[in-house]
Amino acid sequence: MYDKGKIIPGLIVFVGLVTFPIWYGLATTAGPLPNPEKPTNAKECVEPVEFMRSSHMVLLNEWRDNIVRSGGTRKGTTADGTEYVRSLQKGCMNCHTSKKKFCDECHTYAAVNPYCWDCHIQPKETN
Amino acid sequence: MKVLQALGIVLALMLVAYVGAALPGGRTLFGVVLPYLAFAIFIIFFIAKVMDWAKSPVPFRIPTTGGQANSLPWIKQNKLDCPSTTLGVIGRMLLEVFLFRSLFRNTQAEVHEGPKLAYGSSKFLWLFGILFHYSFLTVALRHLRLFTDPIPAFVHALEFGDGFMQVGAPVLYQTDLVFMAAVTFLLLRRLVLPNIRYISLVADYFPLFLLLGIGTTGILMRYVLRVDVVSIKMLTHGLVTFNPFIAESVTGIFFVHLFLITVLLAYFPFSKLMHAGGVFLSPTRNMANNSRMVRHINPWNDPSIKPHSYAGYEDDFREFMVEAGLPVDKELPPKEEAPAAEGDAPAES
Ligand code: HEC
Ligand code: HEC
Ligand code: HEC
Repeated sequence: MYDKGKIIPGLIVFVGLVTFPIWYGLATTAGPLPNPEKPTNAKECVEPVEFMRSSHMVLLNEWRDNIVRSGGTRKGTTADGTEYVRSLQKGCMNCHTSKKKFCDECHTYAAVNPYCWDCHIQPKETN
Repeated sequence: MKVLQALGIVLALMLVAYVGAALPGGRTLFGVVLPYLAFAIFIIFFIAKVMDWAKSPVPFRIPTTGGQANSLPWIKQNKLDCPSTTLGVIGRMLLEVFLFRSLFRNTQAEVHEGPKLAYGSSKFLWLFGILFHYSFLTVALRHLRLFTDPIPAFVHALEFGDGFMQVGAPVLYQTDLVFMAAVTFLLLRRLVLPNIRYISLVADYFPLFLLLGIGTTGILMRYVLRVDVVSIKMLTHGLVTFNPFIAESVTGIFFVHLFLITVLLAYFPFSKLMHAGGVFLSPTRNMANNSRMVRHINPWNDPSIKPHSYAGYEDDFREFMVEAGLPVDKELPPKEEAPAAEGDAPAES
């Protein structure tokens, strides 16, 4: 083998880089799995829970465009007839009263940091 | 034909994953077993390939000379394109690896009326090549959010920077668009230019379709079909911490995406994609152009065969050369007449 002194360290760096997640996982302790707090004041979300889990941001975007751009209604009803306000602050956060214990549970885990809260007011957290 | 073959293989792979994951045991096979296997193949055969190259001797000093070589003191050397020192070589390699310097020098020959042959600079391959590589790198690093917990700060920074335009929700990543556009360009280049099409093989089209498939399924998952990212992370993070768990909500499209990446990893060490390692081991790039200063010893040389200089050669054959009328550096020694004459002279008696 030629150029051992350069090629072996190069390969070590290569293996180190591509296995980064493995040794990073060994070196750190993972936090608990996300466990978003269930609302106590309601039984149902605005859409089926599977849909909400994967697509709530699409729904929020639809509400936003519909209300802000097309003057859409601010009132909605869930499948079981509970009325809610189609609003981030006054709707979602009315049932999901804690951003920390609900939204952030998943978002921290999945590295999402919605910029919505730059303007929209977060609910007051009661610990 | 070759295009359709490559496209057919990729579509078949997608179908295999989609159907396979729905069969009993398929979820574990496509979600856990094959990814582990592919990752092992990737690392082991990548190293094997590099070791194979490392064992191959370089008989000649063959750097490509991309500029004025080191010469007389008043002639300006191009120190990066024709380096004669180790430092220069490092500079050249950095330019090559990070900025694709040699693609930037790409030219295109055109025949004009006359006929006249003209060479023009052609930067499109460089442009789309570099866009492709850097957007792919960003996409890959962004995926670390699914493989690490806690997530390192640089991943957050990439997430933020990549979604900087804040288009829609979930926010659009610019690199998704750039990646797809660049791969599409690289594919169209092979399809549209007749001379490139002529030299393109299935092995050229296949990685491009594979990458397009990976990009398309990824984009579909994020923006269109929508998947449950939290349960996907439980699987992916589980894989790297050797504790994989596949939740019910992980669906078909994810297995297609994952299987294409599995195939990419397993295919990598045996394909042209090995240029990732090969660029570092290219003698045309990693050797200093110093053959007039340092003697390059061919490792094949039989040590028992000693060098033979011209002076030595002339010493061996001077008589014959003089006889044949060839010019010599050193004349024959003046003839010592006596003994020769004696021998030659016919006996007097
Ligand atoms: C009427 C009260 C109500 C409103 C308004 C509401 N939710 Fe829900 N949401 C619920 C309830 C109750 C659940 C739990 C349902 C279950 O577990 O079956 C839930 C579940 C969810 C889940 C799934 C959580 C999990 O455990 O996986 C998400 C995500 C979610 N909601 C997001 C939102 C967002 C975003 C909004 C605003 C667009 C919103 N919700 C508005 C009551 C509400
Ligand atoms: C630049 C500041 C700003 C940002 C950032 C922002 N919004 Fe808004 N949003 C507003 C304003 C102003 C309104 C109008 C409020 C009204 O008419 O009641 C609004 C209204 C809305 C509405 C409808 C009405 C309501 O009360 O909620 C929704 C839904 C909404 N935004 C969602 C979002 C989401 C989701 C995000 C993040 C992806 C976001 N917004 C980010 C400023 C902002
Ligand atoms: C079940 C876990 C979960 C819960 C609970 C949840 N989210 Fe999300 N949210 C996600 C995931 C995962 C993403 C990222 C999806 C992706 O990357 O494709 C996301 C993305 C978003 C986005 C788009 C952000 C972006 O920059 O792309 C918004 C806005 C959002 N969530 C709002 C909310 C709000 C508001 C709540 C609380 C009412 C909430 N989410 C609760 C999991 C959750």
